[in-house]
Amino acid sequence: MSLLRFLAEHRAEFLHLLFQHVVLVGASTLAAIAVGVPTGVLAARRPRLGAPIVWLANVVQTIPSLAMFGFLLPLPFVGGLGARVAIVVLILYALLPIIRTTVAGVRGVDRALVEAGTALGMTSRQLLWQVELPLAVPSIVAGIRVAAVIGVGTATIAAAVGAGGLGEYIFRGLSMVDPTVILAGAVPAAALALLVDGGLLLGERALRHGVRAPRMAAIAAVLALAATAGLAWARSGSAADTIRIGSKNFTEQIILGELLAAQIERTTGLTVERRLNLGGTFICDRALRSGDIDVYVEYTGTADTAVFKNPVETDPTRVLARLRQDYAAAGVTLLPPLGFENTFAILVRGEDARRLGLRAIGDAAAQSSSWQAGFGYEFLQRADGYPGLKDRYGLRFSNVRAMDLSLIYRALADRQVDLIAGDATSGLIATYDLFMLQDTGHYFPPYDAVPVARSATLLRHPEVRRALEALAGRITIEDMRRMNQAVDAGRRDPASVAGEFLAQLEQQRPTKG
Amino acid sequence: MSRGPAGQVLRGLSLEIAAGETVALVGRSGAGKSTALKLINGLILPNAGEILIEGRSTRAWNPFELRRRIGYVLQEIGLFPHMTVADNVAVVPRLLGWETARIEARVAAMLRLVGLDPGTYAARASTELSGGQRQRVGVARALAADPPILLMDEPFGALDPLTRAELHREFRRIQSEVRKTVVIVTHDMAEAFALATRVGVLDAGAIAQIDTPRALARSTDPRVRPLLEPLFEAGALLS
Repeated sequence: MSLLRFLAEHRAEFLHLLFQHVVLVGASTLAAIAVGVPTGVLAARRPRLGAPIVWLANVVQTIPSLAMFGFLLPLPFVGGLGARVAIVVLILYALLPIIRTTVAGVRGVDRALVEAGTALGMTSRQLLWQVELPLAVPSIVAGIRVAAVIGVGTATIAAAVGAGGLGEYIFRGLSMVDPTVILAGAVPAAALALLVDGGLLLGERALRHGVRAPRMAAIAAVLALAATAGLAWARSGSAADTIRIGSKNFTEQIILGELLAAQIERTTGLTVERRLNLGGTFICDRALRSGDIDVYVEYTGTADTAVFKNPVETDPTRVLARLRQDYAAAGVTLLPPLGFENTFAILVRGEDARRLGLRAIGDAAAQSSSWQAGFGYEFLQRADGYPGLKDRYGLRFSNVRAMDLSLIYRALADRQVDLIAGDATSGLIATYDLFMLQDTGHYFPPYDAVPVARSATLLRHPEVRRALEALAGRITIEDMRRMNQAVDAGRRDPASVAGEFLAQLEQQRPTKG
Repeated sequence: MSRGPAGQVLRGLSLEIAAGETVALVGRSGAGKSTALKLINGLILPNAGEILIEGRSTRAWNPFELRRRIGYVLQEIGLFPHMTVADNVAVVPRLLGWETARIEARVAAMLRLVGLDPGTYAARASTELSGGQRQRVGVARALAADPPILLMDEPFGALDPLTRAELHREFRRIQSEVRKTVVIVTHDMAEAFALATRVGVLDAGAIAQIDTPRALARSTDPRVRPLLEPLFEAGALLS
């Protein structure tokens, strides 16, 4: 029921995403047919050529889709954020089933019929158009159906590279931990898959009787044309003088993306394009370096270990210095930190902290023998998680429970556990009146939020640099928690939450200086 | 004369067929009957020797033109399952680029020739027909472009005896109308006798004997006698 209400409330957006999804799958499937059927025919008639082609298509199929987006993003022509790269990836995935079933269909034609055609005086080409292809149609259509259904599924991942589609809801729902929003993407996608499958089956039945070579050629030409048009449409990028803001795919990142975008719009008058909700660190970094986005917000510890693969360093100033150099070498400028840190937060109930006067993680050591702790599975395993933390601060809990991250704040508030490792900027910290113990021993690497921008863009538009530098140190961890809470728990729109925050900052400026 | 993948199939075969003649080649399975037909329409080219069609070697003919001048009725099915009866009959005229109206008229005439009412059968799917009807369509297709030569490979082999006898009569009627040069291969001497003006016995890749049915029936050749036995046994049972 809540799903229907959500879809009704977001009708315009839903139809737009659905349309994008259909275009993605349609354009890529048509292009895959235009390429795959001739390739399959060639492979069927020249087995020596065919085996390597089928092998190659097999290899392509085994590459995980998100990794494929990552590989293709930096490439010229096919790469770049948006529908273009998504369609290329979808084409690659659609090729294998189509090539395979074309090969099987053409090879499966009764030899007696091929001999009959030859004996009647058909040339090799006439045999193909009048006998082999028409008889292979049911098999080819079966392949197209498989390709289209796979395409509908894979296209949900295209939201990770800014191509839109129903995946937007799935990623948004995952980051908001809201099953209704996830279903708003997943259920229509599943329905679309069934619809496409059934529609193609009916289409094949209609086509089966009496379609001759010229008409088949015309259909093939139309398909190729439509696919080209789709690609051209997908390629129509944005103007050169817009600033493109990216973000990863969770609430805080989307708020920060909106915040940077609004700040640049307000202070520079430049056109800003929002390419928010991209796949993750990997995708955002690739997009930044290839010039598909100009700015996004990264976290120092993530950049240091995940992007540049440096050994763990816990001193914030040293991390900043090292990152500034690493980024500069890649043509990226590390701007001043925004002021808050999104690190692991060791949390206790606020009343316990006040009653026992707890401020730092070390203060909890004395209590720990009578406490139960709750940690996420990952935190329990990671080298920079619980094992090291326990040794650094001499923690010795009576019991350690592994629990899902979505339940962990609630468990602490409900007194099922007495200490948890959560997320420093979570809105739930304020909701449940939790207290974050300070990591005075610098056990965790710093995760300061910093805007990273293409150096070329900053050179061309120094006003963008000024706009972003004006935000340096202006967002406290409480600010960030409040904004996350407003979006996650309050169901507010990230853009208006960010806008209100900026307006509030401007009012503060005279007093704060 | 010709070498298939398994080795030499036909050797020292020499045969002249006059225009308007109906020759049947009879032999056991593997005697090289189908190979002989494929040599005539150029599906196979000989390793040595020559096949002359209208005085020209099959090597010198454009193979597609040659095949469009030779009607071919195939063993087993051979009808295209994705086409209607009319489309099947129209295949060669279409390959020759005839105009639509001429093709339609010809298809109707051919269906009538083989005893199928065009109004009833033209638009049917070829898969809806009985075995006998399919063979009639096969003959219509082979004759559609009015080729001077007609090749038939076990044309009535898969039919029940009654239908087969009926089609034999039909064939003689049609042949009396169209007067083609016909080569039939079959393993059934009775069929050969029923259809052909001359019957050749193929054995081990060569012609053992070729003669009129009447003369062949009196043959004492040990390669020919076994093929005649079933006929005599049937006769003995009847008398």
